[in-house]
Amino acid sequence: MNPATATPPAQPRTRADYQLLGGAGARAAEAKLVNAEWYKCPVPRPLMKGLMQRDDAHAIRDTVLWYALIVGTGAVFVYGWTAGWSAAALFAVYFVYATLYSSPADSRWHESSHGTAFKTRWMNDVLYQCASFQVLRRPTRWRWSHARHHTDTLVTGRDPEIAVPVPVDVVSTLLNLFALLNGPKELLAVLRNAAGSIAADEKSFVPEMEWPRMVREARLWMLVYVALIGSALVLQSWLPVLLVGLLPGMLGAWLFNYTGFTQHAGLPENVLDHRLNCRTVYMNPVLRFLYWNMNYHVEHHMFPMVPYHQLPQLHATIKADCPPPYASSIAAYREILPAMWRQITDPNHYVQRPLPTHASAPTSAQSA
Amino acid sequence: MSEWITACAFDDIDDEDVLRFDHAGHTYAIYRYDDKVYASDGLCTHEKVHLCDGLVMEHVIECPKHNGRFDIRDGRALGAPVCVNLTTYPAKVDGGNVLIQIG
Repeated sequence: MNPATATPPAQPRTRADYQLLGGAGARAAEAKLVNAEWYKCPVPRPLMKGLMQRDDAHAIRDTVLWYALIVGTGAVFVYGWTAGWSAAALFAVYFVYATLYSSPADSRWHESSHGTAFKTRWMNDVLYQCASFQVLRRPTRWRWSHARHHTDTLVTGRDPEIAVPVPVDVVSTLLNLFALLNGPKELLAVLRNAAGSIAADEKSFVPEMEWPRMVREARLWMLVYVALIGSALVLQSWLPVLLVGLLPGMLGAWLFNYTGFTQHAGLPENVLDHRLNCRTVYMNPVLRFLYWNMNYHVEHHMFPMVPYHQLPQLHATIKADCPPPYASSIAAYREILPAMWRQITDPNHYVQRPLPTHASAPTSAQSA
Repeated sequence: MSEWITACAFDDIDDEDVLRFDHAGHTYAIYRYDDKVYASDGLCTHEKVHLCDGLVMEHVIECPKHNGRFDIRDGRALGAPVCVNLTTYPAKVDGGNVLIQIG
């Protein structure tokens, strides 16, 4: 049976279902959806070994280019600020700067968390720490939440990274296009971690041996923010806090939300087949550079060991066994927006992705 | 009482690769790197995923699910998301076969 057309959810969905403690996680476990076996498209082992190979060259090139763009637009903004440009001109440059500062940091955070950006481990670790700070995600907490996201992708009450829970909350979703809720909430969590407190739900997916690291990282972030505020006071200038930290992180979040919503929004929860709960969307080369090929999201979830620069080739390898990709992000949003609109009032609605008729049968899946 | 058992033929494993071997209700991973062989438990200590679908890079096996890494020589967990070491077993090549010592 196609999981997307399988038994409808056994109980009405509420936002409380998404809580990691006391939510629908126990029902998911009973339904054998937790840490389950997921469908994988068949790929010959020699080919997969080739696709999994790492190198440093791609990510060094892309990282140097990315930071050059950040520094370049930042320099233009500082010049305009000191030269007395108009507010409109300054905002335009700052908007580009913040977008470059924040949105590609999402995909860099992601790829380096998997350790697939670079072949050299320390390079992944350095990029991970920098990108985490830029995209306002506590490094250790989000490393572990992302591991859970891959174990239990869109399993209600288990996956801490469901971007659009149902029923859809329009106000929160719109506010978070610019991280207006999530940004300050994350900084408050940094304060809490810096004081030595780890939330109960975080303890459910971060192993205890990692808690001291969360505290250390939070304290380091605090030092950076104190230094930023201190330098702003000493220099009598807003520039330090405009260029680094919360403000560019929030203003620039819109683009990673735009690309990120295409990953799973509107698709079914509680299925064990990434072809049904992920989208692969064709995007132009600029977006693919900024997003590090995460538009090949079915491929990434099915084979997370394949580096971003090999995903187009992996896509070509398995696409006959997958639903048709979307021609563009616009095409994807033609499906996503109506689905989200309907999910405001109908939390049991989702988009059914068509599997090829000759596609391999998915593994069993149930609703929880 | 430990014993040496035959896991596979040496030629069954490509260099820099890993093979699954099931025996007596237990699953093992057999590695070949630089024409030496190694053996460990077959499931990742993080989420019990089979390591045989992972990637061998020099002396490291990377789990296919969450990219957790272990040193195949001694089973050391090399960082998040793996925290618990992997149990390893002595392995050798004898008469064209890979033998591992279990028990």
